[in-house]
Amino acid sequence: MDLISIVLVILYLMLTGYLGYLGYQRTKTAADYLVAGRSANPIVMALSYGATFISTSAIVGFGGTAASLGMGVLWLTVLNIFVGIFIAFVFLGNPTRRMGHHLDAHTFPELIAKRYDSRLLQVLCALIIFCFMPLYAMAVMVGGAEFMAPIFHISYDAALYVFALIVAAYVIAGGLKGVMLTDAMQGGIMLAGMAILLVATYGLLGGVTEAHAALGALRDQVPGFLKAIGHQGWTAMPKFGFAEAGLAPPGGVAYHMWWILVSTIVMGVGIGVLAQPQLIVRFMTVKSKQSLNRAAAAGGIFILFMTGVAFTVGALSNVYFAQKEAIACRIVDDAARLDPGPDGKGKLALVPGNAPEEIKARAKRFVSYRLPGASEEAPLSYAMWTDKTEIERGAGGAPDMLRPHLIAVLRSVGLGTTLQGNTDTLIPAYVRSALPHWFGVLFMLTLLSAAMSTMSSQFHTMGTALGRDVFEQYARHEHGSKSIHVTRFAIVAGIVVALVLGKYVRGNIIALATAIFMGLCASSFLPLFVFGLFWKRMTKPAAVASLLVGFLTSGFWLLFVNGKTAGGIGLCQAWFGKPNLVPATWSLTWTVVDPIVVALPLSILTAVVVALATKPMPRAYVDYVFGGPKPSP
Amino acid sequence: MVLGIESPAVWLAYVLSLASAALCVVYGIANWNKGEEPVKKEDVDWAKEEKAEVEDAL
Repeated sequence: MDLISIVLVILYLMLTGYLGYLGYQRTKTAADYLVAGRSANPIVMALSYGATFISTSAIVGFGGTAASLGMGVLWLTVLNIFVGIFIAFVFLGNPTRRMGHHLDAHTFPELIAKRYDSRLLQVLCALIIFCFMPLYAMAVMVGGAEFMAPIFHISYDAALYVFALIVAAYVIAGGLKGVMLTDAMQGGIMLAGMAILLVATYGLLGGVTEAHAALGALRDQVPGFLKAIGHQGWTAMPKFGFAEAGLAPPGGVAYHMWWILVSTIVMGVGIGVLAQPQLIVRFMTVKSKQSLNRAAAAGGIFILFMTGVAFTVGALSNVYFAQKEAIACRIVDDAARLDPGPDGKGKLALVPGNAPEEIKARAKRFVSYRLPGASEEAPLSYAMWTDKTEIERGAGGAPDMLRPHLIAVLRSVGLGTTLQGNTDTLIPAYVRSALPHWFGVLFMLTLLSAAMSTMSSQFHTMGTALGRDVFEQYARHEHGSKSIHVTRFAIVAGIVVALVLGKYVRGNIIALATAIFMGLCASSFLPLFVFGLFWKRMTKPAAVASLLVGFLTSGFWLLFVNGKTAGGIGLCQAWFGKPNLVPATWSLTWTVVDPIVVALPLSILTAVVVALATKPMPRAYVDYVFGGPKPSP
Repeated sequence: MVLGIESPAVWLAYVLSLASAALCVVYGIANWNKGEEPVKKEDVDWAKEEKAEVEDAL
């Protein structure tokens, strides 16, 4: 590392330590402000909320998705801001805060339990959170590791372990308490990092309009496997439609990309954020509607700079990779061969010199190279060879120059990925390659901040779910010391599960795992949460039924219908001998329709129908829930 | 063609992202001094319990 990088890292660690120390000395969590009857500074509140909302998943994972799918992903930014900030802060925040305080609820499952007077609901919500949130935590951890690996020239596995260690240290040091200043500092670093990234990218590509036009002009370079599913260029939406029933590929898959982009990425995550337990509880730590009004302003700007920048830069990285990338390196082999397996779909493996001719014939040509500063033990880097690849050999000890001229998704193809690449590596690769090294380190701190603030709330939520919402309900310990052990166990288990998942399911996984978790939360929790806040006629059986219908429909869809998840998990193959249960006579488009499209409407419908068909909750209890005095037992 | 982006469905997303952020700012400023509520006992009790039972467990 150079001097500036070392100084940056030391400054960051000192600042985190100092704010942590201040946190211990003056204990400024959101609850402290409220105990004192004051409100936290609205900008601090917004930065802290935004830092919890946005993680490496949004920046690295969805930024990489934008590199593959194009600027249409910006619809998710529209929803992130309009739904995730405006609707959440203006409409949901204050009723949540009031109900939470009035019912003395401290976690999302507890809020639901007290709203509906049901311990069963508390346990069900908590178990869903505890079992599935590690998926989202894994996405955040993988996002961090994918970035750390190329910046520090270490393997992905090593980066993942280092990242998990940093998380564990942060947790042990009391990071889960959510000290507002630490969160806000992390938000501030994220804002600075993303702002520089945006300005640098537009600067590098000659200006806003010029960069977009250059991206549009790349439309004839869309790789075949993306064109086949409806990609029409990075500044256009994919082809829209629904394949005819029974139609086999290529016609059967012609509209896949539109459904992946709109139903999974935009809707799944855009709506799912309203039902995120770790964000919902944040509203309870606010003093008044006024604080929420003020924070909405800062929140909107913050999210624009996070996802708006990540998705725009992700898409624009195509222009950089295709036209400008020049790698000063040492070429190890300009005719390395990587084999995608007999069906062409496997993970690429290096072909040894003595491999059979058949394997050599089907293998693809790559350039393998080593970056300056990388040790001899570090894994080699690879770039696919095409007729546009340029190599200049450096004379007299000067480095070689490699210009791959590949669009982003093809640039991410290498040893261990399939021929469709790993878009999770694109934002890290872009930052490392296009921007100065000191910015790479600053961006590393940006991502570390984004990951820590989100993960601390995830582990907080997982811990309290198992400790407070499950264990205390059954063990009947009145908030005794044993539930602290359960909470801590839950946190450790969460970190370990996220780490193990991250190790084994690498590759195009960040956005998918995040979308699965958020979609599952939306289908299971959103109707009972929103109706619970606003509709006095909503009943306990309706809430239970809606949760079960939403959860089970999502689960069934993920395991047996959605091609990617059902195929990846493999339960359908094991039980029924086929990758998914969509009949051959149906449209193949069903296999890419996201669970949320089916499960959320069903869950809403169930809530309404069952609520109207069942006896209203006792009048006195409903009055209590909405602000009246507690009914005598 | 807006900002160099050909497809209306895409430039609209770009413009609406900026517009949504602007909406948040305008709303926030217009309501900057509205919505102040007195802190009730239940708010303070909630915060005390949050500190004592949730935060200290972590």
